[in-house]
Amino acid sequence: MQISEDLVKQITEAVIAQMQNGNAASAAAAPSAAVPSMAGRDRINEKKTSYAGYPKAKQGTDPKEVVIGVGAAFQREIKRTINGIPLEDVLKNVKAGIEEEGMVPRVVKILDTSDVCFMALEAAKLSGSGIGVGIQSKGTTVIHQKDLYPLSNLELFPQAPLMNLETYRKIGQNAAKYVKGEQVVPVPCTNDPMCRPKYQVKAALMHIAETEQLDPEMGIIEWEEK
Amino acid sequence: MKRSKRIEVLDQRPVNLDGFINEWPEMGFVAMKSPYDPEPSVKVQDGRIVELDGKKREDFDFIDQFIADYAIDVERTEKSMAVPSLNIARMIVDIHVSRKEILELVSGITPAKMTEVMNHLNVVELMMGMQKIRARRTPGNQAHITNLKDDPVQIAADAAEGALRGFAEEETTMGVARYAPLSAMALLIGAQVGRPGVLTQCSAEEATELELGIRGLTTYAETLSVYGTEKVFIDGDDTPYSKAFLNSAYASRGLKVRFTSGSGSEVLMGNSEKKSMLYLECRCLYATKGAGSQGIQNGSVSCIGVPGSVPGGIREVMSENLVAALLGLECASSNDQSFSNSDMRRTARTMLQFLPGTDFIFSGYAAEPNYDNMFAGSNFDAEDFDDYNVLQRDMQVDGGLRPVTEEEVIRVRNKAAKAVQAVFRQLGLTPVSDEQVEAVTYAHGSKDTLPRDVTADLMAAEDVLKRGITGIDVVRALAESGYQDVAESVLNMLKQRVAGDYMQTAAILDRNFHVMSGVNTPNDYMGPGTGYRVEGERWEEIKRIPHIINPKDI
Repeated sequence: MQISEDLVKQITEAVIAQMQNGNAASAAAAPSAAVPSMAGRDRINEKKTSYAGYPKAKQGTDPKEVVIGVGAAFQREIKRTINGIPLEDVLKNVKAGIEEEGMVPRVVKILDTSDVCFMALEAAKLSGSGIGVGIQSKGTTVIHQKDLYPLSNLELFPQAPLMNLETYRKIGQNAAKYVKGEQVVPVPCTNDPMCRPKYQVKAALMHIAETEQLDPEMGIIEWEEK
Repeated sequence: MKRSKRIEVLDQRPVNLDGFINEWPEMGFVAMKSPYDPEPSVKVQDGRIVELDGKKREDFDFIDQFIADYAIDVERTEKSMAVPSLNIARMIVDIHVSRKEILELVSGITPAKMTEVMNHLNVVELMMGMQKIRARRTPGNQAHITNLKDDPVQIAADAAEGALRGFAEEETTMGVARYAPLSAMALLIGAQVGRPGVLTQCSAEEATELELGIRGLTTYAETLSVYGTEKVFIDGDDTPYSKAFLNSAYASRGLKVRFTSGSGSEVLMGNSEKKSMLYLECRCLYATKGAGSQGIQNGSVSCIGVPGSVPGGIREVMSENLVAALLGLECASSNDQSFSNSDMRRTARTMLQFLPGTDFIFSGYAAEPNYDNMFAGSNFDAEDFDDYNVLQRDMQVDGGLRPVTEEEVIRVRNKAAKAVQAVFRQLGLTPVSDEQVEAVTYAHGSKDTLPRDVTADLMAAEDVLKRGITGIDVVRALAESGYQDVAESVLNMLKQRVAGDYMQTAAILDRNFHVMSGVNTPNDYMGPGTGYRVEGERWEEIKRIPHIINPKDI
């Protein structure tokens, strides 16, 4: 069998499409009686991961640095975004985007807040360049700058179900471009008015799973999950 | 299992794309009543509340303390708390008990007691309550004016058409936050072209929103969010005290402002303290009242997927709206966020506010196609205009909108787009081409318009802030470019801030800039033969929908 470039491209597209739709299909709700009641339980994941012994995140000095702050449950309790993209690939693409623009990514895990604006701002403050990216485990992302108001931002991507790897790569590229002081064209907005009815409950559950992993004592740690 | 064809058909229905979840009180997935909700109680000592809903003063969190100190009438509270909840519930639906009497009584009850009262009312009784308790005599409506490109020219055209269609308030927001100054300016101009007296706001980060208001680029504000648990408040970098301070900042500049709350936010942020959504929302509403706000936008708002997913959730949403009205607050009753894939379900949800009427039935009806709605989609959009007009006509209900003609729509859209073109030219902002004006005039949404130079627009937006451009500069630019009438309208809107009358509860302006509020036009409903009725010229207007059969054509 001859492997042409076209075939590779076709397969890649098919795999990406599957990755993007994978979770939507499996989300088809079960009949109510079949779903066991959670009443009486205080957590989604019984265990809380300990990050004791992890190195605390350092203040960056490299003016080329962009810090990516990921959520508390990132790559541990939660391994895929709300629409099924593996978090490993999300991170790979944001980092690649930053590198393509000649800047240097560093990843930290934020354990003192699960609010994406604050996560991004904390990342920005640690960053040698003052530009940071916050990524919740469900995929919601913000590009922030250290001297902006917390609930302000450079770019916000609130509809996680509409994100794909290409968007994450562009986010990395744009974050790097802000460092370089270029006039940046924001990544175009996407909008699907039916996201909320379909995904909001799932978003709540994922956020609870993230929030219950917070460990404010630990604060922020350096993060490089293999 | 061999599949039933019937069930297969049902499985494919849009309603089954919606998210549903079983009650889970520990995580806050419970609508009206959680086993962890407190029992109502109050104790007063030396003119101070020392116990609130089972909690001693020394155990108060900052929300409890704020409510105890500012939101409950200490003189009245012990007497009010002695009235059984069931009695209060019955008074709410009794046409012989006036709104005034009920408001006085409930000014002394606690959030837990209020929750208990609501639990006695079914949805029809909640609607009866709203018909009597809402602040303003005439119901109103608010639009969202946004688009995917953040195109200010389209904002102006949609604002003009929305104002023409009857919206009393219009709200915009951005995909790219930095567009805010241009969005606010375009909305201000467009709204006055469509119908003089329409109020406008730009939902942005709070400091930016305040600055736009102070400069007179907006005429009211709405996005002052409050939450039902201390943790969520803190996550938002806020307290009830900081919100009260922000509220005063607006008031000091003579701007109308309302707060925003709504059930489900605490659940979404993972800190519901195991309480029911209604109880937490009651706390928000008490904090709003305590902060001195004249009104609230509530009814779950952007978290509607959460109450919408649990049993009794939509009853809970209507309960929140009624609690707001009972506390004497203007209620902009949500319906502003896409909520269901099912047309049946989304319409039914809106009927709870549409039929009794609220101060603003929608706190954002998408006056553009939903793909352009940057609040992530509203429950109704521009494609539902005719349906909505027919619903008003079918039931002889005033939903705040009116039928319009195509000629009028084209005329006001064109004028608004041209006015923005002229103001941008006059102020030296990004140019607007004649082709763009033309495209926007006839457009349905941003798919029909030309691309903008985003980088140049963002530089212009920054420039507006840097140069200190204000509402008065907009007035001057309009006047100098031949839009005398629009200039006068914008100036009249700015004058409201000096007069201050429109800061009264539930104020809107008519086309002559006269204030209609809960103070000078209060709701006087006391059963059949009283209160606001759809009649006279307004009823004739509602009747004039397009596509009426002409018997002569048969």
